[in-house]
Amino acid sequence: MANDSEANNDRQAWQDAYDRTPLRDVDFETMSGIPVEPVYGGGPYPGQYPFTRGIRPSMYRSRLWTMRMFAGFGTAEDTNGRFKEILRNGGTGLSTAFDMPTLMGRDSDHEWALGEVGRAGVAIDTLADMRDLFADIDLGSVSTSMTINGPAHIIMAMYIALAEENSVDRAALSGTIQNDILKEYQAQKEYIFPPRPSMRLITDLIRFTAAEMPRWHPVSVSGYHIREAGSNAAQELAFTLANGFAYVEAAIAAGMDVDDFAPRLSFFFNSHSDFFEEIGKFRAARRIWATWMKERYGARDERSMLCRFHTQTAGVSLTAQQPEINVARVALQALAAVLGGSQSLHTDSFDEAMALPTEDAARIALRTQQIIAYETGVASVADPLGGSAYVEWMTDEIERRAEDIFSHLHELGGGSILEGVYAGIDNGYFVGAIADSGYRFERAVNAGRRIVVGVNEFTDGDHPSDRNLLRIDPQVEANQLKRLADVKQSRDESLVRTSLEQLVTDAADPTINTIPATIKAVQALATEGEIVAALETVFGTYVETAVM
Amino acid sequence: MKRDSSTPVELFDAAITGHRHAIGRLLSLVEQGGASADAVSALTHEKSGAAMVIGITGPPGSGKSSLLSQLLKEVVAAGFRPAVIAVDPSSPLTGGAILGDRVRIDATDTATFIRSIATRGHSGGLALAVPGAVRVLDAVGFNPIIIETVGVGQVEVDVTASADTTIVVANPGTGDAVQANKAGLLEVADIFVVNKSDLPGSDDARRDLELMLDLSHMTGQEDSTGRRPPIIMANSLEGSGAAELWAAVVEHGEHLVATNQLSARRAKRQLAELRSRVSDALMDALDSELASKHGADIVVALSDRRITPTEASSQIISRVIRTDERPARPRGPQV
Amino acid sequence: MTDTPIRIVLAKIGFDGHDRGLRMVARILRDAGFEVIYLGLRQTTENVVAVVEQEDADAVGLSMHNAQHLTLAPKMVKSLRSAGLDVPVILGGVVPDQDIAPLLEAGVAVILGPGTSAEDVVRSVREAVTSRS
Repeated sequence: MANDSEANNDRQAWQDAYDRTPLRDVDFETMSGIPVEPVYGGGPYPGQYPFTRGIRPSMYRSRLWTMRMFAGFGTAEDTNGRFKEILRNGGTGLSTAFDMPTLMGRDSDHEWALGEVGRAGVAIDTLADMRDLFADIDLGSVSTSMTINGPAHIIMAMYIALAEENSVDRAALSGTIQNDILKEYQAQKEYIFPPRPSMRLITDLIRFTAAEMPRWHPVSVSGYHIREAGSNAAQELAFTLANGFAYVEAAIAAGMDVDDFAPRLSFFFNSHSDFFEEIGKFRAARRIWATWMKERYGARDERSMLCRFHTQTAGVSLTAQQPEINVARVALQALAAVLGGSQSLHTDSFDEAMALPTEDAARIALRTQQIIAYETGVASVADPLGGSAYVEWMTDEIERRAEDIFSHLHELGGGSILEGVYAGIDNGYFVGAIADSGYRFERAVNAGRRIVVGVNEFTDGDHPSDRNLLRIDPQVEANQLKRLADVKQSRDESLVRTSLEQLVTDAADPTINTIPATIKAVQALATEGEIVAALETVFGTYVETAVM
Repeated sequence: MKRDSSTPVELFDAAITGHRHAIGRLLSLVEQGGASADAVSALTHEKSGAAMVIGITGPPGSGKSSLLSQLLKEVVAAGFRPAVIAVDPSSPLTGGAILGDRVRIDATDTATFIRSIATRGHSGGLALAVPGAVRVLDAVGFNPIIIETVGVGQVEVDVTASADTTIVVANPGTGDAVQANKAGLLEVADIFVVNKSDLPGSDDARRDLELMLDLSHMTGQEDSTGRRPPIIMANSLEGSGAAELWAAVVEHGEHLVATNQLSARRAKRQLAELRSRVSDALMDALDSELASKHGADIVVALSDRRITPTEASSQIISRVIRTDERPARPRGPQV
Repeated sequence: MTDTPIRIVLAKIGFDGHDRGLRMVARILRDAGFEVIYLGLRQTTENVVAVVEQEDADAVGLSMHNAQHLTLAPKMVKSLRSAGLDVPVILGGVVPDQDIAPLLEAGVAVILGPGTSAEDVVRSVREAVTSRS
């Protein structure tokens, strides 16, 4: 074969890279003592373009995925306690969930916030809440993930301001802020401003972190919510990567070099129940991203081509019926995520179909990951399913379906994916496609053509009354309202006003980065809701009009 | 008071005092057709005629609803009290519909009365329901009344075209202008809007329209006074073009009055409604005649070549016309 | 008139943006011959009342996914009744078992939990409407 020497070169290059990589201090052998190779099958090998087989030559032999458990409920103080618990239990990253008012850019005393404060996550109104959230935690040594989008720039500004107060250099801050607004219009619906000004804020943050926070991931392009909203696997993949391309195009249009920011983009996918489809999806994601970044966007730095991703098991697959069997679902979905080469993983708690997870349920979820990591042996070999005829076919098939969607968006946008995404938001393409897929699945379940264990088949053994659900104490809301009132009482109102005026002035000029003025505003203890309201005077408010 | 026992008269008395649900109930009666619709028509016919009726149509995704919400702001600012009838297609398979236009027409403005009407797979029904609904809204004091339709389907085009002023919305780069021409919208348009004028190709869309207007000028299809429909460039994202559109609507209204065309148009509208009404009644009579024993006999005679097709139709016609005292079948889908 | 389609207003009130269920129900009801007036996200109870009046709707469907149902669903019922509208309120979403009784007590007509089949959705809405006409 003419390619023999090329293939040998690939193998040699991989071996050289592998040999240079430090490994975990464990024995890479089976339970019965059979030694195993770091990779089997042909190239391109893990760590080689287009990275179908993984982003690193050694994959989990060097470093296991990050077991990142999402936490956040009640007041900042409550969540701080849970954070410390996670760090004690061997968790290696902090993940913050915010309550609905915070996610929507509104304060705890907003009229719609009644009954929502501290329920689905932590309530953050001002920098003072941020201080409590991370009390006694060294921001320079933890990796923090913050799941927030519409007001991401404000929460980021608070985190930066807090680091400054704690004398931690902002360049030392490590973590991820989701900051992916496009999927909000498509799926999760936690938007504030219309798409174009939102994109401006995101580009501002990308530019700011590229210059000053080299260890921060300013956008986590998220397909998770697209899948949860009902899409199929190929749509999840294609919409997510298209959004990624849109951010790349926006940053390039704002005058940045692709290699200055693309290495800091990361992704967030769903791991659902169809085992091989999910694995094919993860492998296709890496290949598509690498190819497009190199071929279309002219990336030269290999790190710009790496699709690094966090994965979460499919919350929507959890059943309220016989909730304890969700443990098995989560384990299988987590296994698919690991076999697909995820960099970090959140496993859902079995009781999440009904309410926020109890501490016991969250522990079982974390232990599930630890079983996969330490008992099953799957972490010893990179891309262990690569070369399987079925898995390779599935990878190609998902890629083909995704490319069809890119072509459609490309056409919609007159040659620009960014414009195509805007157009698809405007004309209801995304919400329609997602809702149609979800409806198709539900009809199949209804008709009994698809079995959901415990729901439409094997329904014996459900004990509704046994459920031990986490309830949020209504006192949380009262406490938070008092804290907010106290902060407002204590701050210098004229400083708040002038800082907001400066922010509005900066926002009105698209050539100015809004992040520095946002940091000033949060330092003056302006509330999140006040900052959002100030920006709405310039940017307007988004109202969803797409119905079908 | 849903499904209450209020009579059309009681509802109408409440409706003219501004009772929203009474207005809503009257509109339902009109939509259902039949005797109660006739009763509502009897109540509202005489009291209507004051309102300006505006039709706005364009293909799905043309942004006509966003444009309409901008237009409504202008209308309200000018001191008017508008109402909107938003027509959406029903599923031909199930008869159901998802009516989403009112969300697009800025539903936060609760001062504007918006009513969604599904086509109910029944073109004749729509052709009667919309004029009936316009009469109700007119009689209870709304002005102007704006009818919004997707510009597909002859009945929807007819319904829109029967307005005093008809606005046709097109988008750049989508061939909307050509589509509009095919759908017969060019002849009925009093005002054109090229929406999303920020998109590439908006000048082309304008040129396409100009060209087609030149053509219709040559073929003599234009307004008898020689008025050429203006083309307005709008961008509902920025809210631009709405003021010009409202000015054009007002200008067109004045033109109708100045050239004595308003009453002619309205007479044409009445004629169209009358035509639908009569033809519906005749069709119903025809259907029941054909379903009758006598009708079946005629069909058999025809198949056996005992009578000619012309004789058969004359016999049927004479019976259908004679049965004019037969009450019309109630309107509404016959599920 | 039984051959007139049932008209239902579907909405979400407040911040909660989980509209998968609401969109699903919109499709189920459309395919069962209903006319669905879809309002979508971030509605207020006042706005829903205005829409029910203008559209002369036969029912209101609300979907809630984050524990606000105990406050907002009764508020919706109350707003409708004080406007003189005796239309049933149907609640979908995640409702813990122990909240069902107080919600029914507060006038919510039907509660459709996760996993309710399409047939059950259609049947319960239809029953809730016809039991009042």
